[in-house]
Amino acid sequence: MTETADPFVFPARAMIDAPGGDPFPHKHLLGIAGLKPEEIRFLLQTANSYVEHNRQALKHKPTLAGLTQINLFFENSTRTMMSFDIAGKRLGMDTVSMTGEASSVRKGETLLDTAQTLNAMRPDVLVVRHRQSGAVALLAQKVDGAVINAGDGWHEHPTQALLDALTILRHKGRIEGLEVAICGDVAHSRVARSNIYLLNALGAYPRLVAPPTLMPAHAERLGASVHTDMAEGLDGADVVMMLRLQRERMDGAFVPSEREYFTFYGLTEDKLALAKPDALVMHPGPMNRGVEIATAVADLPGRSVVEAQVEMGVAVRMACLDVLTRHARAAKGAGQ
Amino acid sequence: MTETLFLNARLIDPASGRNELGALLVRDGRIEAIGDGAKAAATSRADRVDLAGHLLCPGLVDMMAFKAEPAACLAGGITTVALMPDAGRPIDTDAAVEHVTGRRDGVRVLAYGAATRGLAGQEMAEMGLMHAAGAVGFSDGRRAIGDARVMRRVLSYAARFDALVVQHCEDPALANGGVMNEGATATRLGLAGIPAAAETILAEREARLTELSGGRCHLGQVTAAETLDVVRRAKARGVRLTCGVSPHHLTLNETAVGDYRTFAKLSPPLRDEADRAACAAAVADGTVDVIVSVHDPQDEEDKRLPFSEAAPGAVGAEALLALALALYHKGEADLVTVLRCLTSRPAELLGLAAGRLVEGAPADLVVIDLDAPWRIDKTALKGVTKNTPHDGLPVQGRVRRTLVAGETLYQA
Repeated sequence: MTETADPFVFPARAMIDAPGGDPFPHKHLLGIAGLKPEEIRFLLQTANSYVEHNRQALKHKPTLAGLTQINLFFENSTRTMMSFDIAGKRLGMDTVSMTGEASSVRKGETLLDTAQTLNAMRPDVLVVRHRQSGAVALLAQKVDGAVINAGDGWHEHPTQALLDALTILRHKGRIEGLEVAICGDVAHSRVARSNIYLLNALGAYPRLVAPPTLMPAHAERLGASVHTDMAEGLDGADVVMMLRLQRERMDGAFVPSEREYFTFYGLTEDKLALAKPDALVMHPGPMNRGVEIATAVADLPGRSVVEAQVEMGVAVRMACLDVLTRHARAAKGAGQ
Repeated sequence: MTETLFLNARLIDPASGRNELGALLVRDGRIEAIGDGAKAAATSRADRVDLAGHLLCPGLVDMMAFKAEPAACLAGGITTVALMPDAGRPIDTDAAVEHVTGRRDGVRVLAYGAATRGLAGQEMAEMGLMHAAGAVGFSDGRRAIGDARVMRRVLSYAARFDALVVQHCEDPALANGGVMNEGATATRLGLAGIPAAAETILAEREARLTELSGGRCHLGQVTAAETLDVVRRAKARGVRLTCGVSPHHLTLNETAVGDYRTFAKLSPPLRDEADRAACAAAVADGTVDVIVSVHDPQDEEDKRLPFSEAAPGAVGAEALLALALALYHKGEADLVTVLRCLTSRPAELLGLAAGRLVEGAPADLVVIDLDAPWRIDKTALKGVTKNTPHDGLPVQGRVRRTLVAGETLYQA
């Protein structure tokens, strides 16, 4: 990709395709793997157009008015669910949320029964998070509406990777050629996996940094360099993405203690100094300050873009809702 | 400036294979010159010591002891000793490692850190912080890490520092309750046995886990012929699996238990004669990397008990060299190979610069009268306790002088 003044002007494949070619020919968004670079760019382009919109006082843009969005979160997550909920509401959708505790799964209903039940209510979009890898794809087989994977086990979290990419693009002007260090609990991270796929698709160089016990087997086969030494992994990086380490993984099973983890893998100003002087600091949240990231770094002006990530999250999710409902809207004539 | 010139020494440096008559000059605690240049380099003020053909070797590096007894170490020619983490209070924090590490009456004392918290074999201890504090490796000491998943993670995690993980090679479930080698002797004595397979099975498991994790695993003491085959095969595959053997298992077999002699109760237990011979052969062919004292003093009260209730363990520091040299004197292994297992190889496994004759290195040296006959006499032992299974055994090879950093700390 040659650098352009506007980083969102991509040599989009849609331009090469026959007129009327579908820039995003997928019914669901289940992962980044399998998406073509131009499809990812199309989503980012669309998302970018929503960023300015979201900064206006009046944020309502009822393009998707009349459509129904169900947020089905078998695994609790306040932040991601709120982000999807706000995204849907800004586009005029009717949104309903169902969380793990309230869900009928607790009453013994199988995942597929739940899917069929909800499908009968004719939602246009189902946003699903589940603790089992592959569960969202399984559910997607049984529903008529579009399914957005909001995180399945250790597998994928595509909207997180997209919002990370949008954040990087808006701060760095490009993604291609960047060295991106992804640090922390890679083994149990869907965020890491989605980011690796996306960064590879757009020509960046992901690096994985983790203690050997949190590095999945053959991680290099995903298309990333593998580092167990943080200094080595951060050396000259353009972007440092920290991953959240769950406290229960620091009780000696994977990592001896929080103290030791912070000593060797916590992002401090000293360690950040090994990266490029203008390297961005990212975190999918919620942060464990003093465990994977020092407070001083988490709040570092000009470097930490953690809040920007949250903002981009809404724009990215609006874009995904918009793009995935195009066919439905065309059929129904909704919002046209 | 202090200078000592050793003349007429048979210089043996197992690391380089040097084995020749010559001189060695020590200046200000370091080896200044070796061989031809040593005499010329000496000034007129140098103390001249004629060694009359005795061996002059690097001081011994004992990588497995449960107590650091400086007097016993120096009498045995040991200048560096690595303490197991269950030597006393568990060494499971960086502070504990720093506390133990240092010179003790001249002897260099190093420490292993606990591999798991409280040596309980469940959660990893703070290996990174202990490594930074100077831990030479990680181990749960007398207890094997039984859970394969925990062991895998310990090996993986330690690989980050290229640190050695020392495993007590005995499957805990199979060994549980046993007090001596399983076999006819145990059956006759009515004692619960520990099968050699308990060791072999765990060795095979560790070979696979080491390969999987890319770490370095050391089987603290290997005692059975079949286990040595496992190590041999693993090494041939390029797996970084190494092993040690105690002088007890090289010189005694299960008959030493005789009629319930608790001084011969060891962990792992003494095996049968075929196993002992296999251990000796494995030293000779290089399958065994190191010979370790497993120095483990036990009070009389802990030994004067019914066999099953008595504590296992024996002192080993003082007689380590003489018992190891028995392999050479019996023609079971050559001299340089035996000395390598006591000097450069353990130093290499622990990542130490010690254990070799190199100009500029600290002058940790031992003078050995290779053929001198003597008899192990428990009443003459320097250590606080006398629990040796070798009392009365005639041996050959005596430490005449031990130097640490150029200073003579023992002479006989």
